[in-house]
Amino acid sequence: MANVPLPPPDLPPRMSRAFWRDDRFIQLAAQLIVLTIVAGLAFIVVQNMAASLQRQGIVLGFGFLDNAAGFDIGESLIRYTNTDTFARALLVGLLNTLLVSVLGIVLATILGIIVGIARLSSNWLVNRLAWLFIELMRNVPLLVLLIFIYTAVFLKLPRARQAISLGPIYLSNRGVAMPWGEPTETWPVYLYILVAAVGLAVLAATGLRIWQERSGRPKPIALPALLTFAATVVIGWFVLPQPPLTITTPEIAAFNFRGGLILTPEFMALLIGLVIYTAAFIGEVVRAGIQSVPKGQVEAARALGLNGRRTLQLVVFPQALRVIIPPLTSQYLNLTKNSSLAVAIGYPDLFAVSGTIINQTGRAVEMIAVVMGVYLSVSLFTSLLMNWYNRRVRLVER
Amino acid sequence: MSASTPSLPSRAEVLPPPTERYTVLGWLRKNLFSTWYNALLTVIFGVIVILLLRSVVEWALTQARWEVITANVRLFMVGQYPTAATWRAWACVVLLALLIGLSWGIWGRNQRAGAIAFGALPFVLATLAQDEARIALLITGVAGVIGFALSRWRGPQLQRISIIGWVIYFPLVILLISGFGGANSPLPLVPTNLWGGLLLTLLLTVVGIVFSFPLGVLLALGRQSSLPIVRALCVIYIEVIRGVPLITVLFMAQLMLPLFLPGVTIDRVVRAMAGIVLFSAAYLAENVRGGLQAIPRGQYEAARALGLNTWKMMLLIILPQALKAVIPILVGQFIALFKDTSLVVIVGLLDLMGIAKAVLAQPDFLGLQAEVYLFVALIYGVFCYLMSAFSQRLEARLSAGR
Repeated sequence: MANVPLPPPDLPPRMSRAFWRDDRFIQLAAQLIVLTIVAGLAFIVVQNMAASLQRQGIVLGFGFLDNAAGFDIGESLIRYTNTDTFARALLVGLLNTLLVSVLGIVLATILGIIVGIARLSSNWLVNRLAWLFIELMRNVPLLVLLIFIYTAVFLKLPRARQAISLGPIYLSNRGVAMPWGEPTETWPVYLYILVAAVGLAVLAATGLRIWQERSGRPKPIALPALLTFAATVVIGWFVLPQPPLTITTPEIAAFNFRGGLILTPEFMALLIGLVIYTAAFIGEVVRAGIQSVPKGQVEAARALGLNGRRTLQLVVFPQALRVIIPPLTSQYLNLTKNSSLAVAIGYPDLFAVSGTIINQTGRAVEMIAVVMGVYLSVSLFTSLLMNWYNRRVRLVER
Repeated sequence: MSASTPSLPSRAEVLPPPTERYTVLGWLRKNLFSTWYNALLTVIFGVIVILLLRSVVEWALTQARWEVITANVRLFMVGQYPTAATWRAWACVVLLALLIGLSWGIWGRNQRAGAIAFGALPFVLATLAQDEARIALLITGVAGVIGFALSRWRGPQLQRISIIGWVIYFPLVILLISGFGGANSPLPLVPTNLWGGLLLTLLLTVVGIVFSFPLGVLLALGRQSSLPIVRALCVIYIEVIRGVPLITVLFMAQLMLPLFLPGVTIDRVVRAMAGIVLFSAAYLAENVRGGLQAIPRGQYEAARALGLNTWKMMLLIILPQALKAVIPILVGQFIALFKDTSLVVIVGLLDLMGIAKAVLAQPDFLGLQAEVYLFVALIYGVFCYLMSAFSQRLEARLSAGR
């Protein structure tokens, strides 16, 4: 505060103001008042809640989570029976939420990039179709879309016996059945081989990059690395005494399929709904990002002698990424949060499972706290991760 | 004129710049078949589109049973709202038409095609409707035309009136629909459990906008405040709400509000409204904060130099500019709010989605999910499209002044 002007000469600095006119006092007082009001409200609310709970004979606490759940869950990534605890039921729900979110994010990103690029296509038909897709998705609530896909598409598919077959994949009202690998005894060993393959590929890429930098000439990097990976994976498969996976194909049993992987209609409807809905938003994000790169950048890159692919790869894309990452993060978070709409179509995600638990035990306060806590942690974790990535790709300014 | 002595061409030799004039074939060539892969894409997508369109049109015209919609139009629109009070919903629609007509004449003079299409809409709908609905739609159309004519006649003088009209319209709607007092009052109370269908969806949206807007502005100001405690409280509130799904907030409002406020009976609709307002306020706060951050420091300093205190500075100088800068984003947020109200069906309210479920449970109309949900999607789509078209016009208009 070196350049604060001196007080006016006709006012002695000591008795300049009464203390209640002092800015610092006003600010402190205002904060204390706000804090008192908020704390007071919170106190009243908690008091009321405690009183109401006492009247209902409920004691807050998470001890009930160790009790047997007593209800079944339609699909689960881990072993679960209705004699397991509520805590394990919640874990099943959480894993289902994470599964659909992670798969959804990956697929929505791929589809979103395609939509965003299609929106910039010089082909009139492709361009208009992408526009139509985006407008349709953005103007209809996700819930309507989900329930439509579930009730009007998946549940309307023929029964298992008359399943529509697309090669080895069958579509029926029991969901989507497709061939899948059953892990055998050698599968755990093969996992190590997979890790080793990734390691070798990274090693190869690093070596080639160093060679490129030493020699100053472009060398192939991606292709040899990929080949290393593929070769290790294939050799590992045959070196093992028994193949790590046996392929099973779905076969129609009485009313359902047996063997292979069966994705339930609830899961498929939720995944497809989330993916196409979010892809429309990601498409707009991608388009805006690519359009944000000034035309001069492309022209300058071409003038430097970079070809079309290299221009995109080295000039346009890194710059577009900076604009794309922050809104993309919020789309990922939206997708994760939107996966809670699973409850409307009966997919047992975290929120649906906790709803069942509330119905069974009446423990609304605890369950809502748990669910909110989990979503909040997932959101914060994702933002942290994306912020870290964003810092890495950010423009380094002087 | 030899090649070695270049000279300026005479005026007659200068060709006019080529005008882009396409024949149909030329257009096709440029936009659909410019390269081999473009041609391939065109053919592939063209075939897909034609096949899809053909089967959809065939389904819609021959197989779909649209009578599920026509038989339940009233349910879809107002749910169980009492027949004796239906006129109130219509009064809201007529007033809205009047206001839209008025505003269109004042601010949207150049959008003639849109005005004609919009003005004709009630009349077109009237030909499809029957009995009272037809008469009410005709009155709506006439109200719109009257509003438009009034504003063409006395536009500038009516500007202030129409702004005031919009401001009091939304509280007025809530008052009209809910009513007050017993059976003897001029507007008997209609309990909220009878509100339903599109009416409930729109009311949830209106209440959400009206109440979450001031709350959001306050939160945004709090987040920008120099007082650390106030700022911390606002940041925590905003980030917590934005980190959880709306459905958990709605559930909390349904299950926990009665626990928080024992003795007071809050009905389900009001609880849902509370949840929507609390949720939406956090998102609005972030949008408004964007606007606040866009105001240059000089504005604050100038306001200070004029001797304004913090409140006056915010209300008179900063907020008007900040809000104007984010109007299009705010409209986008309101569209999201409108779409989000569909989640109240999960806590058991009979909004548009709730009515759709109820209609599908009617024994006459089992298994008609496609028809019903397409109709619901169409209603949502039309409203969202209109709102976003409005926001684009607004954006163009606001940026034109810069």
